[in-house]
Amino acid sequence: MAFRRHKFGSAGIGLMFGFSMCITLFGPSNDFRSGVSTWVGLDKQLSLGRVIGFSYEDPTVSGDGKPITVILNKDPKTGVAIDPPIRAYVYKPGVKFSPGVNHPELLGPGVEDLSMRDGKISSASMSSGAVFTVSKGVFNDEEVDYIENASATRGWTPDKTLRTAGDANSRYVGKGKTIYISEGCWWCHTLLPEQTQDWQMFGQPPFLGDFNGEMPTAFGSDRKAPDILHVASRNSSREWMTMHFFNPRLVQPNSIMPRFDYLWGKQDANGNSIDFAKWRADYSDYLHGKRIYAPEVPEPARDSEVRALIDWILTSLK
Amino acid sequence: MLMKYLFAKNDEIPAGSATIFFGFSSIFWFVVGTGLGSFNAAKLAFPDWVTGTELFAFGHMRQVHVLAVIIGWISMAFGMTMMYMTPALGNTKLWSEKLGLWTVFLWNIGLSLGLLLLWMGITSGREYNDLIWPIDLVVIFGVLLPLGINVWMTIAHRKTQGIYITNWFFGACIFMVMIVFLVGQSPELFNLTGLTEAYLTFWFAHNVLGLWITPVAAAIAYYTIPKLTGNPLYSHRIGHLHFWAIIVFYSTPASHHLMSAPLPEWLKSFASVEGVLILIPAVAFVANILLTMKGKWTMFVENVETKFSITGVLLAIPLNMQGGFQQTRAINWYVHGTGWIVAHAHLALLGMSSFLEAAAVYFGLQQMLRRKLYSLTLANLHYWFFIVGFCIYWISMTIAGLIQGAGKIYEVPYIDVVVAEHPYMIARWVGGTMVFTGNVVWLFNMWMTAREGTLVPEGRYAHELAYER
Repeated sequence: MAFRRHKFGSAGIGLMFGFSMCITLFGPSNDFRSGVSTWVGLDKQLSLGRVIGFSYEDPTVSGDGKPITVILNKDPKTGVAIDPPIRAYVYKPGVKFSPGVNHPELLGPGVEDLSMRDGKISSASMSSGAVFTVSKGVFNDEEVDYIENASATRGWTPDKTLRTAGDANSRYVGKGKTIYISEGCWWCHTLLPEQTQDWQMFGQPPFLGDFNGEMPTAFGSDRKAPDILHVASRNSSREWMTMHFFNPRLVQPNSIMPRFDYLWGKQDANGNSIDFAKWRADYSDYLHGKRIYAPEVPEPARDSEVRALIDWILTSLK
Repeated sequence: MLMKYLFAKNDEIPAGSATIFFGFSSIFWFVVGTGLGSFNAAKLAFPDWVTGTELFAFGHMRQVHVLAVIIGWISMAFGMTMMYMTPALGNTKLWSEKLGLWTVFLWNIGLSLGLLLLWMGITSGREYNDLIWPIDLVVIFGVLLPLGINVWMTIAHRKTQGIYITNWFFGACIFMVMIVFLVGQSPELFNLTGLTEAYLTFWFAHNVLGLWITPVAAAIAYYTIPKLTGNPLYSHRIGHLHFWAIIVFYSTPASHHLMSAPLPEWLKSFASVEGVLILIPAVAFVANILLTMKGKWTMFVENVETKFSITGVLLAIPLNMQGGFQQTRAINWYVHGTGWIVAHAHLALLGMSSFLEAAAVYFGLQQMLRRKLYSLTLANLHYWFFIVGFCIYWISMTIAGLIQGAGKIYEVPYIDVVVAEHPYMIARWVGGTMVFTGNVVWLFNMWMTAREGTLVPEGRYAHELAYER
């Protein structure tokens, strides 16, 4: 059979491919735009900052240039007690704001309006830094959560807020999620309980508005390990997490999770250098029955990566 | 030698140089990729093997394995086949041998750099799109665009009347994968966030497979099987059905990867239906190739390239049957996120696709080197290590996936699933290591072919000559 000439060839490809792009790209974008941020969504984007993963402000993906989440039990300006304590998100000068602050339309209808009108987020300036909180308001007879620029509404400055909270109440959530990404935790753990019976095991699946402003979402696709979207509700022990990260088999003998002892860095919380070789030798003795107890896990230093990682888990994954 | 040719005049570069450099690069990356796969599998079976070092942690190596295989092995093998099939099918020579060499040069540099960064944990954190956006721009404008220009210009300068189906696929797929890469980068370039980012990540992942890896692999078979057997393609028209059905159906079901995410329900249903319709191009392809084999089935046993190629086509049958149905809501809730999917992904990339490409790389390298394969024994060793290793991997991961699925549905404590999976993790490592071993043999065999294979006389094909070892 002789070849037929296909005059419509290239145009056909363009037409059909363009049509399918319209359906799969343009169509859903309308739905995504209508998603109204939930408290979870606002908390996530404010605590994670502009972007996790490679970016201008953090080219080595080590958690630089991220906001700090603090738990406040008194007003940084007036000193009046706050009960129950609230979360505030501290952006030091130069730290880039989360997408919803820069582009309020991402917050969804209602949340956008209140954040602009009552929350005064448009007056936040990156060069002087800002402190944000999530507040409740009413829009069109519906209760919505919105972002409040506490620097404008309550006069909280980043420095004062950090000092008021102190290190004990600071949570390096943005840095923690960065480590989750760069260490590849998400190759085995998912952040997406499925719409099956694993609701009962892993908690409720996320809502439409839980993701506004988050980047990357890192759902994960291959579940070689439990879903951890709500892991802190199941286990909120910092001590357990610390042991589990150092060597998962200390607390779960059958775990296949890698050891993350290298996230401790060189020194422990007291400034002593950590002797990993000795620890491993002792642990080996323990495994072979030459010691009764496993060696002690060093206490993570204040600025260690594992501290940030556990901060993220215990603060965000509830 | 590559350096010498990069700055030579185009006319002074021997025809086939780009093919040869592409071919050896692809085999090299296949060895690297499967070696990493074997290493990673060992860590899943024995978690305390090579432990406590950041760079050798599983989370640092896993994505390097995936992208070394996809962008190194599979895509470079595609580049290689495009360098020799496109001119052969147009009865002309490659538009620019020099551009081809620059492509393979930039490709190796860009990929090495990208993988090095990923290895260090410098990632965008988006699956399959892990490379940071500057590297992705290198892929688009330093690799895909020059490759595309070469292919498109060769097709435009053809000396035949029509365009054979293989070239239809080549030309269209490079164009589409460039669009897919550009759109896939948009969350990083324009800071798109939330579900838009999640959806675009899997939109990218799906379309890289659907508009690049599977169709180009099939296009290769449309060339190798008729060429090797001497039979004309059973039906060029069914080939066209395959081509147009790929464009229409395969480009749409991206969201079936996110059936449990809060995406719009209409989108999930639409994707699910379109996902079943992928069976149309799939069945068209398999039927067309198997019917082309009519009267030449002895070659499946006797000729090593045909053996690889037909194995790939036969593996497309379970691949498409799984692929068509596992993404429907009725089945997806059970297998999603389990080892079943890992098995399926390896069936697509290591099974169907890699076998087709291996055949084309075997064939093309002999053709362009003008040398007969050094050793049939080693090639058969490669084949059997490859297929047996793959089957061990595929079957063990499928079983592991079904165990995980059951554990998920019956609310078994997760750690018990991990314990139950352990034997299959060991099997997975054994299978992967066999594939890796086979590839090392292949690299040696091809290297020896280049040095010591018998010269193929002018006007003959390598596969017409008898094997010597």
